[in-house]
Amino acid sequence: MRILKNLSKDKLAMTSLVVIIVMIIAGIFAPLIAPHDPGQVNMKLRYASSSWDYLLGNDHLGRCVLSRLIYGIRPSVLWVLVALSLSVLIGAIVGFIAGYFKGKVDAWIMRVCDIMLSFPGYVMTLAVVGILGAGLENILIAFVWMKWAWFARVIRTSVMQFSDMDYVKFAKASGTPNLRIITKHIVPVTFADIAVIASGSMCSMMLQISGLSFLGLGIQAPHAEWGMMLNEAREVMFSRPELMLAPGLAIVVVVSAFNFLSDALQVALDPKLMTSQGKSDKSYESEVRKPAYEYSRG
Amino acid sequence: MLKVEGIEKSYNQGGLFSKNKQQVLKQVTFECQQGECLGIIGESGSGKSTLGRLILGIERPDCGTISLDGKDVQDRRVRMGNISAVFQNYTSSINPFLTVEAAIMEPMQAQQKLRKDQGNSEKVDLLLSQVGLDPSYRSKYPHELSGGEAQRVCIARAISTAPKLIVFDEAISSLDVSVQIQVLQLLKELKEIYKLSYVFITHDIQAAAYICDRVIIFREGQVVEIVPTKQLKDVQSDYAKRLLKHLITF
Amino acid sequence: MNIVEVEHLKVWDTNTGKVIIHNSSFEVKQGSCMAIVGESGSGKSVTCRAIMRLNKPWIRQSGTMLFQGEDLNQLSEPEMRRKRGKHLCMILQNGMSAFDPSCVIGVHIRETLQQHFGWNTRVIEQKIIHAMESVMLRHPREILNQYPHQLSGGMLQRIMIALALVLEPDLIIADEPTTALDTISQYEVVEQLIQLRERMGCSMMFISHDLGVVQKIADDVMVMKDGEIVERGSMHSVLTEPKHAYTQYLVSTRLELSNHFKALMQGES
Repeated sequence: MRILKNLSKDKLAMTSLVVIIVMIIAGIFAPLIAPHDPGQVNMKLRYASSSWDYLLGNDHLGRCVLSRLIYGIRPSVLWVLVALSLSVLIGAIVGFIAGYFKGKVDAWIMRVCDIMLSFPGYVMTLAVVGILGAGLENILIAFVWMKWAWFARVIRTSVMQFSDMDYVKFAKASGTPNLRIITKHIVPVTFADIAVIASGSMCSMMLQISGLSFLGLGIQAPHAEWGMMLNEAREVMFSRPELMLAPGLAIVVVVSAFNFLSDALQVALDPKLMTSQGKSDKSYESEVRKPAYEYSRG
Repeated sequence: MLKVEGIEKSYNQGGLFSKNKQQVLKQVTFECQQGECLGIIGESGSGKSTLGRLILGIERPDCGTISLDGKDVQDRRVRMGNISAVFQNYTSSINPFLTVEAAIMEPMQAQQKLRKDQGNSEKVDLLLSQVGLDPSYRSKYPHELSGGEAQRVCIARAISTAPKLIVFDEAISSLDVSVQIQVLQLLKELKEIYKLSYVFITHDIQAAAYICDRVIIFREGQVVEIVPTKQLKDVQSDYAKRLLKHLITF
Repeated sequence: MNIVEVEHLKVWDTNTGKVIIHNSSFEVKQGSCMAIVGESGSGKSVTCRAIMRLNKPWIRQSGTMLFQGEDLNQLSEPEMRRKRGKHLCMILQNGMSAFDPSCVIGVHIRETLQQHFGWNTRVIEQKIIHAMESVMLRHPREILNQYPHQLSGGMLQRIMIALALVLEPDLIIADEPTTALDTISQYEVVEQLIQLRERMGCSMMFISHDLGVVQKIADDVMVMKDGEIVERGSMHSVLTEPKHAYTQYLVSTRLELSNHFKALMQGES
């Protein structure tokens, strides 16, 4: 695809893409890939250092760190992706309606978004968790609940900018139905902005979930989750610092990969790089559009 | 054919609940006959672009009606296949993700007149040749075209559905003078071939005089005078006389 | 006596390697108006920005540009800055983006005049209001307190001309100042520019693609195409008896529009 071809020019972006894809596949096929059962307690192997059998060593209960890391991909990365997609979807639908139709519709939708955004993030999450109880699903519900308004706002800005374009005016003038205009003209141009802010927010969401699990509010023991692994390693932080290394590095690697991918996508999705000969025009690569989201990176 | 009656339009200044209104169009009434080219000449800020948007049904007037063959232009189905437009800014007139071919076929596809298997490429080739571009332009993207070429593609797109009326909103103002002449001549030819009617909105009196049959002098949202082009030298109103006196010719 | 002498000016883009201006040489006589005519992409604005050294950082230039005997290419940036405004003034095409949108016009003007002359606020206000009245701007005090987006294009152009009047530069470079204006504003701005020249005796470089305006205001004409000067000479000889094919093409297309209009106005159908 054109996007992949454009991305393939950027080595860092390709590396990030590969890392993310490998991570997702590992998470989906965790039972097949993980060498050991993540919940298997073996008190004789407490705090063991890495060996051929247990590649990353064992934690305070003798469980295999590598297996826990792999199983931890599911809540830390995959479920967050699901929550993010849901949030972006709701935000996008609301944003398109508000940005395209403008006027009173836009005004009322934005007031609702303002109300949602005026609640402080962490406090709301804690409140929702307090009401519904701790657990991964409840945290993700809280996130979707909080984040859709921010996406709606940013996407609306992008849509408003594009719905003033002359080609949209032409489509309206020639009697094209509104839904067709939105799907054919506005979605492709705003897709670039949406992809960039979505991949950017992935990082903050992952870090927030890890943070909440670190505090003990997220996923409950004995399930594996990277933030929780950090929490457990906290008690022996100074005597056995290597236990913090594995989950910490994993978080850093995945968050960085999403960040790099996000920056590269912005350039790759620029329509000016398309040419009729199918080759990419080098002179445009240095010009990067500065989208509105830069100022409101959540 | 196109009847504009008693149009008024004002914009809210301030937020959602403010009462401050800025009156942009006041009691505008005129007609455009079949096969006629009607020019609307006005200075910037006179409201002619707003009038253009109202004729195209993009915005709703506060009161008054605009009707095409007796049917209200606000109804999307009335506009489909009957009205088309060419705008000033050719860089933003074509969706940057579409090739020239896709852009030209888009209004026909929206009308679902185009059947997937038959003669699409021939139709596009025909349209391109009529506007003076050769078929190699079909696979180009909008950012690869020059100003004149992009505007020709927009014209090809506008005539693709054989509409009754085309609205030109300062369509040639951003082009170089030599290209302007070529485009004006092209528009004259197309009008004869397809029996089109034009509403030509511009601030350039000489261009309007070149192509239009009748001209409306527009000022501050009101129709000052309507005069056939041949009688342009006999304008009555002071404003029109002032406009003609201030014209810099070559 | 020539106020500007440009020799072998070459401008190229270091990003793409493309040469924008190949090898330009021309002079502007003291007190005269040189018009640069050409279509979009011919390099007229780039040439003038090269004289002011205001091109983007990746656009390089070489050659000698003598302004009142001094080579502008050799000056350092602070020295060049001192020349801009006081000796070399530029009037731009789009009035709306020439002024800072976040502050009122008065602030912008005061800043410029304080930088060059160091007058106090009262003197500045006096001078600028006098200048604004001479460019036919009514209620100058109110205009000074308005934001650029509240004023029309014609008014903003006239404010730029008023600023040029106060600065009294030796060379004014006007980059398509009338293109974005409507008929009446265009006429008035051209009148103001002619009067400005008569009053101050400054030289002018006027860029335009409209031959009608060029005919009214210019003494000499230079025709550019694709970064090269194809014809140069006095206004009469270039516009009434063009020698180069491209000039003939430009003149003939412009004439077609004008002749049609003139015939109309004289009552022949």
